[in-house]
Amino acid sequence: MNVNKNFDAIVVGAGPSGNACAYTLAKAGLKVLQIERGEYPGSKNVQGAILYADALERIIPDFRDDAPLERHIIEQRMWVLDDTSFIGTHFRSEEANKPPYNRYTILRAQFDKWFSSKVREAGALVICETTVEELLLDGDRVIGVRCDRIGGEVYADVVVLADGVNSTLARKAGFHGEIKARDVALAVKEILFLPEDVIQQRFNVKGEEGVVIELVGKVTEGMVGTGFLYTNKESLTIGIGCMLDGFKSNPKRTSPYVLLENLKRHPSIAALIEGGEMKEYCAHLIPEGGYNAIPKLFGSGWMIVGDSGGFVNAAHREGSNLAMTTGRLAAETIIEARVAGLEMNEKTLKAYKDKLDASFVMKDLHKYRDMPEVLHANPQFFTTYPGLINRAAQTMLTVDGVDKKTKEREIFKSFRGSRGVAGLLGDAFKLWRAFR
Amino acid sequence: MSVVASSVNIEEKLFQNRYRVDSGRPHIRIKQPDVCANECVNQACTYICPASCYTAEGNGKVTLITDGCLECGSCRVVCTEFQNVDWEYPRGGHGILFKFG
Repeated sequence: MNVNKNFDAIVVGAGPSGNACAYTLAKAGLKVLQIERGEYPGSKNVQGAILYADALERIIPDFRDDAPLERHIIEQRMWVLDDTSFIGTHFRSEEANKPPYNRYTILRAQFDKWFSSKVREAGALVICETTVEELLLDGDRVIGVRCDRIGGEVYADVVVLADGVNSTLARKAGFHGEIKARDVALAVKEILFLPEDVIQQRFNVKGEEGVVIELVGKVTEGMVGTGFLYTNKESLTIGIGCMLDGFKSNPKRTSPYVLLENLKRHPSIAALIEGGEMKEYCAHLIPEGGYNAIPKLFGSGWMIVGDSGGFVNAAHREGSNLAMTTGRLAAETIIEARVAGLEMNEKTLKAYKDKLDASFVMKDLHKYRDMPEVLHANPQFFTTYPGLINRAAQTMLTVDGVDKKTKEREIFKSFRGSRGVAGLLGDAFKLWRAFR
Repeated sequence: MSVVASSVNIEEKLFQNRYRVDSGRPHIRIKQPDVCANECVNQACTYICPASCYTAEGNGKVTLITDGCLECGSCRVVCTEFQNVDWEYPRGGHGILFKFG
């Protein structure tokens, strides 16, 4: 046991993983200190943002009663953009329109503030406007944190690092190295305000029904990346993100906000966002290195949860649900260790990794472990194919006296010409293998 | 691209954001300005920074003004060859304050 201890546990950060962890710990009666550097929880946090209900339901079953939710998603569109066109799929279902809803759009600043109020109600001490500068170590054991306040040394049996993608504390302590540019995406986004009825009409929804559009294509200039457009109650969120090493090696040296502006001006997008009043511009790194980029997650007196541990399933655009789940599982590990009277050493906290392995978190990350590598090595999925597919549609749908058989041959020739037969088969195989 | 955003006014975007600037205490520093000027050819930070905090000056130097920083961390991560960016979070309560996130 820690002789100087002030708290059973310290949680650094008040995003989804930190809040899930602090809430679960406090609910179980532990003495918890949560430290957040923002003016209020959420003021430093950026996400698309889609909330997946399941992960939160397992922590706060009745969250729908008072959580600030924007729209529940009834329609998912996937678009592949060429310069002036898109081809895509829309999936819309009345099943998604029956409560309890599965997915919602949220505004993170408001949502995190709400989540934090629940953490306080559960009994945790939440301190804002305080940056944790470093971990306090006794040998290789973490015994507390030092904050940027006078006399800011606080001690606890265990420190949970929910400090976000930059993971500064674990890096400074030498638990893992610097993030690699190939393992993170840089995303930028804007929020555009529009009247509720305009959003409903443009996206063919009523009440609080919502639509999400995920897109790939030439807007990323060949970089591995995606764009998105989400409907909120009275606003739209539009954004684009690409792998950071892609930005670095892009010969056009394009700034992220220029990509965003190009996306906004794409003729398929411009009409949807027209007249929107921009009220905030955000940027954020997203850890997309997947399974192979996950650092060491626990040690004597410490655990890593959420973005800080790289818990994002990029293939399915999932992150906050992994964050909440890792936060909850870390908390449950601590609670069980206490009940068993165990010290919070590396051997005890390994139970956290076992819980992760048994959950969807590690199973999904493992399933898509080859995806980052496949996408990095095969930029044609973001350049050649969007062009080919859009031109194929253009060819088939243009009525110009050319017979359909000739058009089909022309399309096949364009595919074969760009990638070759072996290339086409190889691409199909690579995608299948990465997704299987 | 047929419609390309040739000039984007980043100041206009940042103007919509809320900040509490920690005057005189920048949270990011270029460790050795000479390295940027003499050794770094790419100067990737000057176009990758989403708030355009880094500027490539005519004389080959790179200057940094952190007031509009969005605290993403990209500048530190892209500076792989030289690791010339000293990057900390702002003091508690300072820096960008997202209204919507």
